[in-house]
This record gives sequence, structure tokens and C-alpha cells, in this order.
Amino acid sequence: MSAKGMNRRQFLQSSSLAAGATVAATSGAAAQGMGLTALDDHSGRTLLKMTRDLYPHDTLADLYYMVVVEALDAEAAGNADTAALINDGVSKLDGAMGVKFVDLSEGNRLAVLEAMESDPFFQKVRGTTVVALYNDPLVWRHFGYEGPSFEYGGYIDRGFDDLRWAGEPTADASPKAG
Amino acid sequence: MANYDLSDDSVVVVIGSGAGGGTLANELCQKGIKVVLLEAGKRHGENDFVNDEWNSFGQLSWLDKRTTSGNWRVAKDFAGLPAWICKTVGGSTVHWAGASLRFQEHEFKTQTVYGDIEGATLLDWPLSLADLEPYYDKAEDKMGTTRTHGIPGLPGNNNFKVMYAGAKRLGYKSVHTGRMSINSRARHGRPACQQIGFCFQGCKSGAKWSTLATEIPAAEETGKLDLRTQAQALQIEHDPDGKVSGVLYADKDGNQQLQKARVVCVAGNSIETPRLLLNSVSAQFPDGLANSSGQVGRNYMRHMTGSVYATFDKPVNMYRGTTMAGIITDESINDPARGFVGGYEMETLSLGLPFMAAFLNPGAWGRGFAEAMEGYDHMAGMWLVGEDMPQESNRITLHDSEKDQFGLPVPNVHFDDHANDIAMRNHAFKQGSAVYEAVGATKVYETPPYPSTHNLGTCRMSEKPQDGVCNKWGQTHDVANLFISDGSQFTTGAAENPTLTIVTLAIRQADYIAEQMGQKSI
Repeated sequence: MSAKGMNRRQFLQSSSLAAGATVAATSGAAAQGMGLTALDDHSGRTLLKMTRDLYPHDTLADLYYMVVVEALDAEAAGNADTAALINDGVSKLDGAMGVKFVDLSEGNRLAVLEAMESDPFFQKVRGTTVVALYNDPLVWRHFGYEGPSFEYGGYIDRGFDDLRWAGEPTADASPKAG
Repeated sequence: MANYDLSDDSVVVVIGSGAGGGTLANELCQKGIKVVLLEAGKRHGENDFVNDEWNSFGQLSWLDKRTTSGNWRVAKDFAGLPAWICKTVGGSTVHWAGASLRFQEHEFKTQTVYGDIEGATLLDWPLSLADLEPYYDKAEDKMGTTRTHGIPGLPGNNNFKVMYAGAKRLGYKSVHTGRMSINSRARHGRPACQQIGFCFQGCKSGAKWSTLATEIPAAEETGKLDLRTQAQALQIEHDPDGKVSGVLYADKDGNQQLQKARVVCVAGNSIETPRLLLNSVSAQFPDGLANSSGQVGRNYMRHMTGSVYATFDKPVNMYRGTTMAGIITDESINDPARGFVGGYEMETLSLGLPFMAAFLNPGAWGRGFAEAMEGYDHMAGMWLVGEDMPQESNRITLHDSEKDQFGLPVPNVHFDDHANDIAMRNHAFKQGSAVYEAVGATKVYETPPYPSTHNLGTCRMSEKPQDGVCNKWGQTHDVANLFISDGSQFTTGAAENPTLTIVTLAIRQADYIAEQMGQKSI
């Protein structure tokens, strides 16, 4: 991840926006704020569109997908093969229907992606996205995942058994904590 | 800690410090026997375990190159990662969830009870449940298993409450928070569980039993243990009489060392154990050590597995508390009327968000997958684990071209699901779904197997030398002073999580080794 990406994350962690981690989705202009080193702006915007199509969470802002694109950019910066794979892949996305991928309708973008599923470029982007997107602690909050618990004393006093809607097991099946 | 000379040929060398090797090493040390314990990984512990799935995965997992083949879905989803096991002091007991169930009587005699199953190489174990009962008792006491030795069960978390409610509505009888080697009360110097979660990532409180937390420190206290970390066994050497004489290993700096030995015990888990024997070729053992039967590497088992996750209208927060919080045992019986032999357990399981994304439906993408992930905090989950059929062609072999960092062939793991495995998984998916539907699930997901956590067989016990690799003590049929000390010994897999039985066999094997050494038989 680039230094700029880290700065953005640090910014988010300190900002009031991060509290809910649910930020209204913003459009393509935000891509210009990505700290890309190896990939050009068009590739960045194309990957931003693609990563969102792969794992579309409408209430997650582009910012969180930009973290993924920056991860891909960082890998491309360190590996010429990866850079070539990505640049060629972007060309394939643009060439599939003769209209640039970022200008395609959602239905057409999905059709292009479905036809590319076995392509190493697709697999690279999908594999990176499924790890990087859902491994972002700011994204965790969006999904209600609380992350590390040891430093807070675990959940023994913080709701490990606070569910009430399913009824209570017998004491025999589920003894009280000692 | 002891520091034995490389030329000291009076030591027992144990390879691997997990459930089998770590327990065996301690048991031998307690008897005053000198042990060199070779562990390929580093030593981590409560201070540096992390409550973070991917970081922990990088810290603890065995990530050396492996290849896969066969029709199992893991070969497609995780082609380079057939098994999710650990390379660290404590082995996969650092990662395990803690379920500690005894095998059932009939599971030791499957050939007799199940009869001829086409394509399966079923075989009765050369021992019975009665033979193991006294040792199961010792293992449960050692491990502090709940619901044994007067130890109360653990409190059920939210994930368990959902499973319990559904199971009871469905009419299941045996539903509880399991027999877990996680302290429900402080015991033997380890604290009670704080419901941290992250059981798979190394227990940061020490409430969960592991060889790292108990056996290895106890062995160190005897002054008899020489633990060598980052020591990767490369080859087992033998003398002209065909007795093993030492172990060649690469130390932490990559230098090769030869440790002489009186006895060698292999406990590298069911991929590395046969790989080490197969890599130990000589003029006298051209097909690998202890492999006159041709059985080394064969009958690899990994349990029938699968998971069911379900979403509900109201929150669950399944990740809070113990990863494996409860069990339904009703389906673990052998009832061929269900369309398959053997049985399976239903055990709650939770994954954090990062691993849920990786494992819920590997390779999936798009709006349907994203919607499933949106339901994460309203989700409950269970793991389905049952007996798979041993098959001779499911096996560990040496790759013919790929080499590891030491220049040795990497292992290939070949696995085809047996028709019985498929029928059992199908039944388990239906029953798991029914449990959650009974309590109002809005959506149910059938999740395919994760990389194997239960790796079994590959050097199995047998009465007759031609049917397997070792006898009922884990002693190889071909080489009297060479032992198999991990789950590789299992003749068949049973429905239950294997760790308790691996520990049980290790305690029993230690008695046998000490006795044989005392009699100068080895």
C-alpha cells in the first residue's frame, strides 16, 4: 500500500465520517484522489469500477474500494509482470464491447466480467479485492464485525450471550459462566 | 532445558511438536527419557498471537509449497493450500477449536460394521475402544476437557443459542456446549475462558489447551527436553541393520545437521509425515522408509466437511466467544438407512469477516455474494464433520518436478470424494439447513469444505503388515525403532474431531516406548 493510502486510512480513522463507516457512495471524481504510482489514472478508475462491480456494497463509499485499487497499484509497482497483467486486463475490459469499461452500463459491465472469469487478470483483481476489501477495519464496522477483542477483555462481559430472540438453552446444555 | 550433542545416540528424536509429538515428548520426558524435539516453525505465544485472521494466518500457518489434485473442491478453490495447519511450536493445537470427543466403539471396526463399501479400503483398527479408554481418561484430565472429570461445560454464546433452539425444534436430543479442552473454570495454572473468540488464531489467555501451553513447558521443567525450533526434518537415516539411526534436518540458518537417535518418532501431520518417509530413500529402502507395503502416503483422509451459515431477521454476532461453541451429536451414529455409512457431528463455527469473505463461497462475486456478506452480523454458522471413506488412491506423493527451499520434492495431495462422502455431505447440508430454518432463517448458505484441518491416515495402523504402515502402538512394521506418532496412524477417520484421539494414542505410545527401551527391545 502506498504512503498516500496509509494517510487516507489514518485520516478516516480520525474523522467523524469513520464512526459509522457508512458513507454515501460518491462518484468517479473521487478516483482522482487515489495515490497511484505504477498505474495511470484510467487504469485506476477502471479498477475502481471493477472492484465495486465484483463486491457491490452500495452503502460503502468509493474510498474503501480505492484502498483495494491502491493495493493493486502497490503490487504493480513492485512487480512488472503484475503491472503488465493489469494494464493488459484494463485494455481487455475496454475492448470487449468497443466502449470503455467505465462508460458501460452495469448490465454490460457484468456481462464483460462474467466472460472474463477464468482470465488471470480477473482472478488477480478478484482475489486481491476479496481479501483487501473485507480486511479493512473500517469496512468491518460497516458489517457489524467488532474485530480484535482480547484488549477489551474478550466478550465474557460484553455480550457473548446477549441474544434473546431464540430462547434460552437449559442450564444443563449451557452452564453459566464460572 | 537440555542441550544434547548431535552425536548422542541415546536420545529419542520426536519430529513435530503438535498434538502427537508435543504430547509424546512430554510423556517421555516425564519418564526421564532424553528427548530432542524438532519443530519446523518458530515459537510464538500468548504475547504475540494476534486477534486478526489474515495476520495470524501468516504468523502460524504451514505455507510451504504443496500441490493438489483430484475432484475435491479444495483443489479448485485453494490449489496451493490443501491443508490449513500450523508451522509453529505447538503445531495445529495452537489453531484447533478444542472439541474433544472420544471415538465410538464401532468406529474402530468399520470393516466389520460397515461391510464392503465399493472403492473404500475400510479396515478394522488393531485396537478397540476398551484399549483406549484408560488413555482417553488421562488425555481428558490432561487437557481439562469440559463435561469430564467433573469439569462443567462452557457457557453457550449467541451462535450456540441459535443452533440449540433450531435443533430442539427439529427434535434433536443431544445438544450442548460440547466437550471442549477450553477451561470453563481456572484449572492447572490456566485461566477460565474469557470468550475472546479467535480460538483459531492462538488463544491469548491460555484457557485453551495446546501442547504449547501445557505439554512443552511441562517437558522443559523436567530438564530432559531439547527443543529445537525452525528445525525442518529432511531425511531419516538408518544403519546397516535397517534400524533408524538419526535425523538429518536443516537448522534455522539453513545448515544441515544430523542428530543421532536411539528411537525416532514422526509427528509432522499426515502430509509431512509420509513425505518425510518417502523422501528417506536408500538402497535398502528404495521406496522410502517403512514402506515395504507400499502403503506410505495412501488412505489420506480429511473428514467429510462442509458448513451451513444462515441469516436471520435479528442480530446474532456469532463471532463473539468461543469459535466452536456447541454441538449436535445425534447424527454421529451409523445408520445406513440415511443412505451412507458412518456419521457426522454438527458443531457451531464462526469466522470473522475477513475469513467469511474468503470461505463462504470461494471464487464467488457479484451482488448475491455481497448481499450474503451484508448479513454477516445476523448470521449463525455450523461446521459439519464426519467420517470419510479411506481410499487407496487418496494419497500423498512426491511431486516429480517441484522442489522446496531445501531442494526436496514438495508433496502432492490427491483426494477424490467417495460416493459415501458426497451422500453424507448432502444429508448434513439438508439437516444443518433444517436446524436454522426451524428457528426462522431467512437465507441459508451451503459452504464447501475449507482447506483440510483434519489430516488423517497416510501411515495407517494395521494388524497385518501388508495392510498398513504401523502396528497398534504406532511402531512401523518394517523398522522397530521408528514410530508414527500423529493422526497419520489412524486406520479410519471416525466422525469426531481427531485431536483427543491423537493425544490419547501419544500417551499410550509413550508407555510402550519406555517399556520397550527398558527391555532393550529398541
